[in-house]
Amino acid sequence: MKQKTNLSLVLVAAAAIIAAALVTFGLSGSGTSGKLTAEFGGPFRLASSNGGVVDSATLKGKPYAVYFGFTHCPEVCPTTMAEMTTAYEKLGDAARDFQTFFITVDPERDTVEFLHDYLMTYDKRFVGLIPTMAELPVIARNFRAVYEKVPTSDGSYTMNHTASVYLFDGDGKLVATLGYGEPEKARMAKLRKLLGVPNP
Amino acid sequence: MRVFSSLALAGALAVAALTPVSVAVAGETMVGNMMIMDTWSKKSPMGANVSAGFMTIMNHGKDADRLVKATAEISPNVQIHTMVMDGDVMKMAELKDGLEIPGGQTVVLKPGSFHIMFMDMPGPQPDVGGTFKGTLTFEKAGTVDVVYDVKAPQ
Repeated sequence: MKQKTNLSLVLVAAAAIIAAALVTFGLSGSGTSGKLTAEFGGPFRLASSNGGVVDSATLKGKPYAVYFGFTHCPEVCPTTMAEMTTAYEKLGDAARDFQTFFITVDPERDTVEFLHDYLMTYDKRFVGLIPTMAELPVIARNFRAVYEKVPTSDGSYTMNHTASVYLFDGDGKLVATLGYGEPEKARMAKLRKLLGVPNP
Repeated sequence: MRVFSSLALAGALAVAALTPVSVAVAGETMVGNMMIMDTWSKKSPMGANVSAGFMTIMNHGKDADRLVKATAEISPNVQIHTMVMDGDVMKMAELKDGLEIPGGQTVVLKPGSFHIMFMDMPGPQPDVGGTFKGTLTFEKAGTVDVVYDVKAPQ
């Protein structure tokens, strides 16, 4: 019950933030949706699984994808990464500089090295971002992402989390999301649009 | 013919019911009234120490039974989990009282739904095309050996 309450609180908080943003930008005049999405997600500066940090300011001109997950995830995260890998193969050269940032919601267990090895299974364009425990709630709030720790009987835990992939254009603006279980055709169409590749 | 096959099935069921642990064969396994088919596991990414197992369980009996425990040679800590999508949020939870298999019904453990969760794997799973062993324990039907086929992520 406590877990449920926690998640509800997160959801309520997320809804409140979105509502507040809508009001703020709605009152500010024209281009409401553009201004709202421009705020979505960024800016961020987080530790990278390749060492060093990734600063969203350096991503200017390059579309990118963002996913919230954790490596102790048996299904949704590996499936999403596998689907993105297939997408990379299909997109070919157009996706040469298209990075997918995997932001861990489990920085307690997902270290730089661990996340690096995990993502290298797929493709070198996957980059893990490891927020500190203090940075995690902030980055999640900026992406309107939710996460929640769920204890298991062995004293360990698993995580509930937002499972969509966010797509950002070269201006760092959110342009689309890819849902878990969304048909491949729809996902590929969004990715091709983002990268300016004609849809066959 | 029908009578004979029914008799054969009844015989097989009776034998299965008398045998506490059935033989492990990839494909189809019976214990008591429970038929277990297509046990498989998805190959996890390098470095990952968790994976999931999937299968189809048919309850040939009239009464409900319950999958209460699972073990696997690849993991010291195996749990029975459910997974649901709540909007775009993935929610996963351990089924601490096990998974009910209603009488006369089939329950499918599949990606995005019920699964056997292999936690704390000390090493990688066997490669795609390989197999590993495990057991399933039902409240009424008892324990049965199963073999998981390791499959590619997609």
